[in-house]
Amino acid sequence: MDTISILEPLLKILFIIFVALLPAVAYGVLAERKISAFIQNRLGPNRVGPWGLLQPLADIPKLFFKEDIVPAAANKFIHSLAPLISITIAFSTFAVIPFGDTITFSIGDSSYTTKLQIADVNIGFLYILALSSLAVYGITLSGWSSNNKYSLLGGLRSTAQMISYELSMGLSLIGVVMLSSSLQLDDIVAAQGGYWLGFIPKWNAIPQFLGFVIFVVAMFAETNRLPFDLPEAEPELVAGYHTEYTGMKFGIFMLSEYIAMITASALIATLYLGGWQAPYLEHLGLSPFLMSVAQMAAFVVKVFAIVIFFMVVRWTVPRFRYDQLMSIGWKVLLPLALVNILLTGLFVILYH
Amino acid sequence: MTFEQIVFYSLAVVTIFSSIMVVVQRNPVNSALYLILDFFCLGGLYLTLNAQFIAIVHILVYAGAIMVLFVFVIMLLNLGDTHKLADRLNMKKIIGIAFGLAFFVELLYLLGFGTTRSISQQSPAAPEIGTIEYIGKVLFTKFLFPFEVTSFLLLAAIIGAVILAKKKIIH
Repeated sequence: MDTISILEPLLKILFIIFVALLPAVAYGVLAERKISAFIQNRLGPNRVGPWGLLQPLADIPKLFFKEDIVPAAANKFIHSLAPLISITIAFSTFAVIPFGDTITFSIGDSSYTTKLQIADVNIGFLYILALSSLAVYGITLSGWSSNNKYSLLGGLRSTAQMISYELSMGLSLIGVVMLSSSLQLDDIVAAQGGYWLGFIPKWNAIPQFLGFVIFVVAMFAETNRLPFDLPEAEPELVAGYHTEYTGMKFGIFMLSEYIAMITASALIATLYLGGWQAPYLEHLGLSPFLMSVAQMAAFVVKVFAIVIFFMVVRWTVPRFRYDQLMSIGWKVLLPLALVNILLTGLFVILYH
Repeated sequence: MTFEQIVFYSLAVVTIFSSIMVVVQRNPVNSALYLILDFFCLGGLYLTLNAQFIAIVHILVYAGAIMVLFVFVIMLLNLGDTHKLADRLNMKKIIGIAFGLAFFVELLYLLGFGTTRSISQQSPAAPEIGTIEYIGKVLFTKFLFPFEVTSFLLLAAIIGAVILAKKKIIH
């Protein structure tokens, strides 16, 4: 292990967290409030800075300086541990997502080539499934340790919900794996380059449309976003699993919810919408460095388009009832995901 | 010490510590959490042995699925006073102690006399054996029959669970 092989991933991690994710979350919250205001015909936050653009700078210190209250009968250690589990798992998924092709920096005569991905592991696909199944712990433990009925109900709901939708999520992804015959996210993106009939980009969302829809629905459920936000359904459960959290601990839950949403969007983009592949970009005749930057930009645009879709859905679709949630997961999505695997298998056998 | 050794020893220490805590802790939720930590460290140890597939499946299945259900059930049961759970010396304990001692002696034997058959040495083919491609190939060719038998066993278990959970139909 030489220094460069330790330093390089470390730099990428710092870049992802501090340059990409944290600002994206700060402005994601503002975007959510602005979009909700637009949908509800309001103005939204507009006091801090021009058009309220500095609102995150006011919100974050507020969260930091609020009093941290731990309920007297709570399990104090687990109460503090739960938000940390949530945030760690939300951040970790990004380790295997490729956010660009290889990039070559040339400083003077020497040049350095690196992959725009933190860890290119050949079990990337299983790693994502493993982390999404671990995401349950943060919510469940916070619900239990608060020693509050509403929190516990929120935690239990989330466990049942996430276990149910993980199955459809995993099964819907099998189709993608069958088409690109690799579990490595990098290969999955690479397989989505090129065109059908010369002009339709070879994105997985087209042959895997059913799987794409199932995966998006499952991702809404996994990130606990409306219409699947039963763990925190405020008319029924006060605030669900984070009822008893204040100050920055609550802030961390909020942060991990938004990071989970961005990660989910990045996954949808990577697996179904071509990742960093941008159609027709090769006709522009850019230099290799500019090409890499443009591909990164394409990825960012895709991710933000999906994030905005998440937000618009939140403010337009009502919440499901609990029994509806379960029957959609088990009686609709799961059989459809199985059908998708069979159809994909048939397709692969006939055409390859 | 090489990088690998540092990783191995730190994982090993946490594994042993959390294993002990699983047994010692009185609060069942804490025990379950230590068990999850234990699974994570075991996953890390598998990774150091180049067994990527086993490592990730270990975390996916044990930490991600089975332990979630354990934690779920423990929370629902709400065991209350944990001191009542402690039982006196009975068959369960005697058998447990006997097995523990037997295992300890085996370990001592391995460490003391088994050094010629060193368990820490890797066979030269190790790096590719752990990959998912290799396991998939072997599973669907050489070990196809055991694989299919296992799938039947799982199917039987699922049907059994459905029948147990189903409402009784009164004629």
